[in-house]
Amino acid sequence: MMEFFAMGGYAAYVWPAYGLAAVILIGVWIASVRSLRARESDVEAAENAHPRRGAGG
Amino acid sequence: MHRYANPAQFQRLARAIFPWTTGLAVICLAAGLWFALFASPPDYQQGETVRIMYIHVPSAWMAMFTYTAVAVASAVLLVWKHPLAELAARAMAPVGACFTALCLISGSLWGEPMWGTWWVWDARLTSVLILFFLYLGQIALFNAFDDPTRGGRAAAILALVGVVNVPIIKFSVDWWNTLHQPASVVRLGGPSIDPSMLLPLLLMAFGFTFYFVSVTLIRIRSEILARRLRALQFAQGAAEPAGARRASA
Repeated sequence: MMEFFAMGGYAAYVWPAYGLAAVILIGVWIASVRSLRARESDVEAAENAHPRRGAGG
Repeated sequence: MHRYANPAQFQRLARAIFPWTTGLAVICLAAGLWFALFASPPDYQQGETVRIMYIHVPSAWMAMFTYTAVAVASAVLLVWKHPLAELAARAMAPVGACFTALCLISGSLWGEPMWGTWWVWDARLTSVLILFFLYLGQIALFNAFDDPTRGGRAAAILALVGVVNVPIIKFSVDWWNTLHQPASVVRLGGPSIDPSMLLPLLLMAFGFTFYFVSVTLIRIRSEILARRLRALQFAQGAAEPAGARRASA
């Protein structure tokens, strides 16, 4: 197991590459979903404020 | 294609394919990681550092693929003025910038132990750095105008001018002397890479692609809502009496 994490002496290069990939892919996903949720509630609030005008496209 | 320029049609299509692309992304990435980290051999020259390839190469492919997709959306925007094309370009450009950053940094992490340097100003590395700046330029232009339509057009023009960089990146390793190794998968005569390494590479590449499709669907939906919000606010601003508008401004 220790051998696996040591990556033949290159742990300092291999693991940061995988860690950064995880941080970027998960980070972009979470940021995109949060932005979508925020805009959904903004649009809902704007439509509730003026229900007649929200009916169109 | 014109049918999907309608946001309602697009959202129906997006809702139908999103669970599939997300599920396939998870499966491909999980299987890809298993083969990349456990079930593939170290390289006879590069040792365990070859495992960086399974991150570096898919992110490089996605950096170029995303740029091409942004350029196609930009052409559709400029020629046919599809409103959805602008939203697609706006949604994809930041994701492409992230893939490019991941490609550059993972390449550095591979270059230091194998080449003895984090960075060289050779054709391949420099052209990918230019790709990164092209993405940043587009993101800046999208947000540089009060009128988002003008920002979208300016960013689309930059995207189309910059698309000449994509073949330069692809062929840079053939046209110029470079430290970077030449293509070993997408080349005439078929892949020269061993199947035990090609399998994790392709799994990771498909995983990245499905991830990109899913995250882009989320982001386009978010851009549609942002545009709808602007329209609602505009309509409400026009509906209020002039005095109320002045007071709230």
